[in-house]
Amino acid sequence: MFEKVLTGHINIPDSQKLANYEKTGGYRAWRKALKEMTSDQVIEVVKQSNLRGRGGAGFPAGMKWGFVPKTTDKPHYLLNNADESEPGTFKDRLIINGNPHSTIEGSMIASYAIRANTCYIYIRGEFVKEAKVLESAIREAYDKGYLGKNILGSGFNLDMYVHRGAGAYICGEETGLIESLEGKRGWPRIKPPFPAIEGVFRCPTIVNNVETLACVPYIIERGAEWFKSIGPASGPGPKLYCLSGHVKKPGVYELPMGVNLKELIYEYGGGILNDKKLKAVIPGGSSVPVLTAEEIDVAMDFDSLAKIGTMLGSAGVIVMDEDTDMVNALLNIAHFYRHESCGQCTPCREGTHWAEKLLKKIKSGQGTMADIDLLAEVADHINFRTICPLGDAAAMPIQSFVKKFRHEFEAKVRKSAA
Amino acid sequence: MNIAFSNDAMKEFREIVARYPNKRAALLPALHLAQREFAWLPYEALEYVGRLLELPYSEVYDTASFYTMFKLKPTGKYHLQVCHTLSCALRGAGAICDHVKEKYGIGNGETTPDGKLSLVKVECLGSCGTAPVVQINDDYYEDLSPEQLDRILEGFKS
Ligand SMILES: Cc1cc2nc3c(=O)[nH]c(=O)nc-3n(C[C@H](O)[C@H](O)[C@H](O)COP(=O)(O)O)c2cc1C
Ligand code: SF4
Ligand code: FES
Repeated sequence: MFEKVLTGHINIPDSQKLANYEKTGGYRAWRKALKEMTSDQVIEVVKQSNLRGRGGAGFPAGMKWGFVPKTTDKPHYLLNNADESEPGTFKDRLIINGNPHSTIEGSMIASYAIRANTCYIYIRGEFVKEAKVLESAIREAYDKGYLGKNILGSGFNLDMYVHRGAGAYICGEETGLIESLEGKRGWPRIKPPFPAIEGVFRCPTIVNNVETLACVPYIIERGAEWFKSIGPASGPGPKLYCLSGHVKKPGVYELPMGVNLKELIYEYGGGILNDKKLKAVIPGGSSVPVLTAEEIDVAMDFDSLAKIGTMLGSAGVIVMDEDTDMVNALLNIAHFYRHESCGQCTPCREGTHWAEKLLKKIKSGQGTMADIDLLAEVADHINFRTICPLGDAAAMPIQSFVKKFRHEFEAKVRKSAA
Repeated sequence: MNIAFSNDAMKEFREIVARYPNKRAALLPALHLAQREFAWLPYEALEYVGRLLELPYSEVYDTASFYTMFKLKPTGKYHLQVCHTLSCALRGAGAICDHVKEKYGIGNGETTPDGKLSLVKVECLGSCGTAPVVQINDDYYEDLSPEQLDRILEGFKS
């Protein structure tokens, strides 16, 4: 039987309180790391566990921590990415509201591993209530002596602060986040240097997602083997899946990594709203290629989804029924990326603008067959030619929608020609 | 408008600045604080924050104007931020906007003449499982129908 850990106790009253977290074994891992393990041993266990980032890219967490140089006299920083702004994604909010100490304890352990004495939790500005939940949880942790100076007599010092964003999707991208934390526009930086070498305040920095960090205490407490036994060993663990759109029971579901997408939609999600037929599913937030109804018999893990040309991303599953107008749906997505492009590089700034314009033209019945090809071409010209992956994120939905649902685009064009 | 932090706000401001290795990094939290104090961010407020953080107005403006939550123009007393991104669009965000237009007479970016209500369409609010979602000032209202929205707004009047 799969045991929910990240959301195991969130339905009890005051689940966000430190005392209730400790009743479920909370902060044992923090004590263990500080008292029984070196920083390198913590990194080693996380490497062994094959924990991969839950923020979108799926990068191995332990490996990333290992990139932080051992020989700098600069301070190091841990940034907990609570920007949660990928359309279709609402899992980190659940952790923050229901189990905030898991991601806080994970941030402590990660800070210890990378020898950071300061951690900022960068939370999107709209999450006003969630920022308060985190602030009071951090206060509880200070009161208990889990944060501050010489923590539990270990000699290790750590301060943790909540830092609120102010409405900009691009600040979820790690270097955009870093710029924003420095008090500037969230303009992504050219890499290299990677943040692990030169991040916030030009110091070694690790950025991890809320859910990634929330997994860490459980790995330290129960061991890498336990973690690896859940789902595919190459990218295992308990996973939060977000279901939205045309399903009967939308919400966040904690399931083993690699749950079948069809099962997720029909068993857990209760099937399609109003018993309609399914048309399309975006499996990992609006940035990833769309799947047709015929393609959903697939395991929801990094490698299985990559094999069929899409991505797990942030596990934001958006379900669209048979009546969904795919031109309209793509226009909605294209509008989002046009609005959120930071404007720094030409292919993204101009390309997202053109894509939205072409889609509006096609939607309004003024489009031609050549416009459909031009739309696909515009996307090709954005992809892989930009400073940050927002450009790719804007291009991939366009390419996949036009390829897989071309008939709907053509139908709009034919109607206008007739 | 008399622009200066109250004593409490100034105390909070000092605590904020102490969290960072330089003053510039305190800009976003300081702007949030200023917006809470002054309701929106007129030129004088940006200039004031700049003086406190030893930053020129141009840099404060440059940063503030990048972020949608910083109000460089005043909004209504109740600021409706209707999410219109995909999951919300699939579950009735359009009907919410149409209803607000019809019943209260305001479209995207507009404020009622009495200054009570303003509407802006926003991008995904990170709550797509309870779509459609409207944020009113700081609070989220989820799984919302036009009728429920009316009832919420009536509740504000009393
Ligand atoms: C445009 C864009 C937006 C992103 N938004 C988020 C976000 O809201 N939250 C997040 O955790 N990661 C986001 N990411 C991914 C981050 O850049 C980064 O990879 C991640 O925070 C690393 O954490 P992880 O390794 O634990 O996944 C975004 C990336 C891009 C390109
Ligand atoms: S790809 Fe887009 S969002 Fe990213 S840096 Fe370039 S313009 Fe900005
Ligand atoms: S699409 Fe509206 S909250 Fe995400």
